[in-house]
This record gives sequence, C-alpha cells and structure tokens, in this order.
Amino acid sequence: MTDHNDIDLRVRIGPLRLRNPVLAASGTFGYGREFADLVNLHRLGGVVTKGISLLPRPGNPPPRIVETACGMLNAIGLENVGVDEFIRRKMVFLRSAGTRVFVNILGDSIDDYARLAEQLSGVEGIDALEVNISCPNVKQGGVAFGTVPEMAAAVTASVRAATDLPVIVKLSPNVTDIAAMARVVEEAGADAVSLINTLIGMAIDCRTRRPRLANVIGGLSGPAIKPVALRMVWQVARTVSIPVIGIGGIATAGDALEFLIAGASAVQVGTANFRQPSVTEEIVAGIRSFLQEEGMLSVRDIIGTLQVEGG
Amino acid sequence: MTKFQEKAQILDRQELAASIIRLTLHAPLVAAAAHPGQFVMVRVGDSFDPLLRRPFSIHQVSAGGDLQLLFKVVGQGTRCLARLRPGEKLDLLGPLGRGFRLQREDPVCLVGGGMGIAPLYFLGKRLLMHGRLPEFDPVLLGAASQRELALLADEFFALGYDVHTATDDGTLGHHGFVTDLLDPVLPRVSRVYVCGPYPMMRIVAARCLAAGVECEVSLEAHMACGLGACLGCTVRATEGYAHVCLQGPVFDAGEVAWQ
Ligand SMILES: Cc1cc2nc3c(=O)[nH]c(=O)nc-3n(C[C@H](O)[C@H](O)[C@H](O)COP(=O)(O)OP(=O)(O)OC[C@H]3O[C@@H](n4cnc5c(N)ncnc54)[C@H](O)[C@@H]3O)c2cc1C
Ligand SMILES: Cc1cc2nc3c(=O)[nH]c(=O)nc-3n(C[C@H](O)[C@H](O)[C@H](O)COP(=O)(O)O)c2cc1C
Ligand code: FES
Repeated sequence: MTDHNDIDLRVRIGPLRLRNPVLAASGTFGYGREFADLVNLHRLGGVVTKGISLLPRPGNPPPRIVETACGMLNAIGLENVGVDEFIRRKMVFLRSAGTRVFVNILGDSIDDYARLAEQLSGVEGIDALEVNISCPNVKQGGVAFGTVPEMAAAVTASVRAATDLPVIVKLSPNVTDIAAMARVVEEAGADAVSLINTLIGMAIDCRTRRPRLANVIGGLSGPAIKPVALRMVWQVARTVSIPVIGIGGIATAGDALEFLIAGASAVQVGTANFRQPSVTEEIVAGIRSFLQEEGMLSVRDIIGTLQVEGG
Repeated sequence: MTKFQEKAQILDRQELAASIIRLTLHAPLVAAAAHPGQFVMVRVGDSFDPLLRRPFSIHQVSAGGDLQLLFKVVGQGTRCLARLRPGEKLDLLGPLGRGFRLQREDPVCLVGGGMGIAPLYFLGKRLLMHGRLPEFDPVLLGAASQRELALLADEFFALGYDVHTATDDGTLGHHGFVTDLLDPVLPRVSRVYVCGPYPMMRIVAARCLAAGVECEVSLEAHMACGLGACLGCTVRATEGYAHVCLQGPVFDAGEVAWQ
C-alpha cells in the first residue's frame, strides 16, 4: 500500500499544470466566491467561471430551470456581468482563491471571441480560456458555432491568434460526429478540448400545455447525461492527441475515474455542485483513496487505461 | 453573511393537517445566523432522483440551536421529506437570501397565506425582541380550512398579536380571502410583511401601494443552487431581472414587476 500523501494527483492540460484533475464547471460555480464558504477552493484543480461576453447580458425570461429525472434543464440565456465588470470585480476574489482560474468566453461573432481573448490575456490571475462554442452565430442565422466544423475552426483560430493563454475549446454534444469536431479544433490550434456541454432538451406541463421553460428548450445536465458524455469523451480521446477534459453528470469519484479511464486528463463537475457544494473536494479525496487501494502512485497512470476486448 | 452546511438531526415531527408537516431540527450553526425571511436549501435524499435541493423558509429558531421547517407535501421531494422521522438527519444549506427588514417603531401587519405563514412566525417572534407591543400589530392569516390554520393562528395569538383569520371553506374566521381583511388594517400600520400565493401577494402589494404603506413580499422561484451561482431563480423586477436567492426572497413590493 502506498501512503496517502505520496499519491501524485498532478495533471497537465497542454502547457498548464494542475494540482489535481478536478475542476468546477462553467455556469455551475458562479465566479467562485458563491461557494467559498462551503468548499476549500485551494483543494481543487481549478474553477471555470460563468461564461463571459463582451457586454453584460440579462439572460432569458423565467422560468429558467426545471428538474427532470436525475437531471435538470436550464435556459439561463448566458446571463453574465460582461468582461469589464468581470475583470474589475470578479477577478479580485478569484485571484486570491488559491486555485487555477479558467475563464469561459462566449460571443455572437468570431470577432467577439477574439476581442474577449485579447482583453483577458493581460489580466493577472487568469490561467486559461475555455471557449464556449455552443452559442449561436448571430451573423450566420443563429446556427451554433460548435455545430459547423468550419465555424468551430474559425473561432478556435481567432482565439488562438489573439492570446498566449492556453486555449481550451468546449465542444457541443449536439452534433452527429463529435470526434470530427474535436479534430478540426485541434487542427485550428486548441491546446485542449473539454466536453460535453449540455444536451438540448425540453419538458412540458401537461395541464397547461405549456413548455416548462420560458425559452421552450434548454440544456440537459446532471447524472442523466453521464453515459452519453462518457461515450463522447472516449471517442474524442481516441481521435485527438491534445488533452481532453471530461464533463457531464459527474457526481462521485467513481464517475470521475470512469472519465479518466476513458481518456480524459481532467474532469469538470457541474450540476452536482448544487446538490453538494463540496463535491469537487470530495471527488479529489475519493480519487486519492482509489489510487491508494489500487496501489498506484500517480493519477496519470490511470488516464486512458480502458481495456477493450480485441481493441 | 456566512453560509453553513449542516447535517441536522430531526428532533420532532408534527403533522399539523393532512400533508402539512412541521419538522424540528437541531441545526445550531444555521439557527444562530438566521434572520427572519431567510431560507435553507434541503437535500431531499441520497439518490439522484430527486436531484436538486428544495428551498424552505426558516419557520422558527430557538436559542438552543433548534430550527423548524413547515411544509406542505406537493410533489416528489416534499413526499420524501414527509417520510423522515425523529432521529434521522437532514442536510441543510443556509441561512440563504435576504430576509425581512425589522421595523422597530410604528405598527406593522403580517399577512400570510397557506405555507407562506412559515417565515412569518419567525418574523413575529423576532419583532418582539425589539420591545414592540404586539397587540397593536395585526396578523392576518389565511388557509384552505380550519385544520390547516388553527394551531398556527393560536401560536401567533400566544405571542400577543392581534390575529385575524380567513378560510376558503369558512371553517375558521372570515369565509373568503385573507385579503378581504386588509381594509380596516391598512390605515393603522406603516409596513406590511406578506408571504403566500402569488395572486394574494400581488393584491396586498397593490393595496399597500395605494394606501402609501411600505410592503415587503417573499417570492418563490425554482432554484438549483440557492447560492447565486446558477442564475436560475429569476423573477421580473421593475429594473430588469432579479434573483430570488440573492436579492430576495424578500423584496420591496415596488421592486417587483407584478405579472
Ligand atoms: C425561498 C422559498 C421558500 C419556500 N418556503 C417554503 C415553506 O416554508 N414551506 C413550503 O411548504 N414550501 C416552501 N417553498 C416551496 C417549496 O420549495 C416547494 O413546495 C418544493 O420545492 C416542492 O418540491 P417537490 O419536489 O415536492 O415538488 P415538485 O413539484 O415535484 O418539484 C419539482 C421541482 O420544482 C421545484 N418547485 C416546485 N414548486 C416550487 C415552488 N413553489 N417554489 C420553488 N420551487 C418549486 C422543486 O424545488 C423541484 O426542483 C419555498 C420556496 C422558496 C423559493
Ligand atoms: C445552470 C447551468 C449554467 C451553465 N452555464 C454554462 C456557461 O455559461 N458556459 C458553458 O460553457 N457551460 C455552461 N453550463 C454547462 C456546464 O458547464 C456543463 O458542461 C454541463 O452542465 C454538463 O455537466 P454536468 O452534468 O456536470 O452539469 C451550464 C450548466 C448549467 C447546469
Ligand atoms: S438558485 Fe441558483 S442563483 Fe438563485
């Protein structure tokens, strides 16, 4: 048996070294401060901020969330404080939180993404950018950037050109071939990919015959999506040579380990934070115990170790 | 405002009426920090269905660190909570949100409908700590029937409040809406605290506005986090959107864009 403290949990995401592979996912952890009383942020591999746009956004009309079987739908509508306010106010806390800070960015046009990347590049305390390409391209009739390979590549290339920070492109699962999307963003210069964002879904109130979300459709997250996310992470990890960050329905150390075994170098925990605010910290501890039980010295030794019969 | 997560032991379970439950929990950290009108997010069980915590107002706290929740069984989550028995534990997050503003002078009025009475009892008790004279403060309580209301009304009466009741079926007090009781009261008070069904709060808010009386309302919204992180608990405000778990649940009636 190895000693608990000897176990090495460090991982690399491109040029970036993380204390451990567990991050809090965008939109589920606010700007970090919201959870500070309830979890030791310095024990996490990092925190991904709520998606930031050039200008503040008010978001969608209510109701914005509805619970579904083992999951939830959200149509927040990308409400956020805008990049200026983010840098001026939200970064003050994040900088002192003792964890890696990943800033999630979103835009209406390719130019928006580039300008955001430029503006965030000089800011002290930002460790990486995560590019949310699941939002609509306003100039292309509202088709999501992340569903058309050429658009996904163009966004990636423009962010890449605008910053020296590590660039992680967050893939949309609402596509037929996610591995192909991963390949094009890799070619366009991404340092890593993260997946999955939410799956588009809906829910209806039978009595009123109305959709339960004012926006009609919303993004499904939580344990319900884990098998789909895991499958996609496995497909992507086999396809690209850049690091993969696994996201989707992770709520326990066992869930996180499944993603690591499937080939993810790190994971993000989203919806589970709402149920258990310290779940990220507990997952870190659970991974450590698992490795100890398995007699392993480094978490890196478990990444991509899936054994497939005849594969 | 520090928030705590506590595994609170259930000390007592009371069934006030069919499907109305009052749980007494030992939650010293949350209880000591709580202010009337604030709420807790309660984890419903260990399985992933139901997944999200449920928001409940703090019904009352004791100096010894006990805290009460009063709730009605309306769906899957509250059904699970209703099955809990003394000795079991409940995982709480709180105290959350912004509560009522405590008024020290001038008569106030408390208006509660159904489970909206829950936070008002904590408020009623806390207001007394400021040396108020409760016999000049009217408390208007409404519910479907006598069974749901009698005990709660007695408890406000025992605090010394000027209690008036209304029931939908006329089995206790006025036969009709609690809002029917407002007219004689409004000229005598300078602030109204209200919690209950949305249409009731909208009426009270409008009447207070017309009478030039301050009015605070406690709103509900579906919540995922209760912490200001998910941005899901939106309501329409006079200026854009507001988030119930952050700027609320208690709002000045004038801040709300009533629908
Ligand atoms: C700040 C606040 C304080 C509250 N205080 C009390 C209280 O003291 N006593 C009481 O009986 N009820 C209170 N409620 C309402 C209570 O949260 C809901 O009745 C409860 O969440 C229903 O859960 P369920 O699983 O039984 O119902 P379901 O309808 O099965 O719930 C499905 C989903 O919708 C949400 N939901 C359903 N109804 C409501 C509602 N009215 N408000 C918010 N979310 C809802 C649930 O949380 C859950 O996520 C309060 C709500 C808020 C926002
Ligand atoms: C309420 C909510 C808000 C979210 N906001 C964002 C966002 O702003 N940007 C983004 O890239 N992903 C956002 N996501 C997606 C999550 O980061 C994550 O990819 C997804 O929820 C799947 O993980 P989970 O099942 O662990 O929640 C949001 C998810 C939720 C539930
Ligand atoms: S419930 Fe998540 S922000 Fe209010």
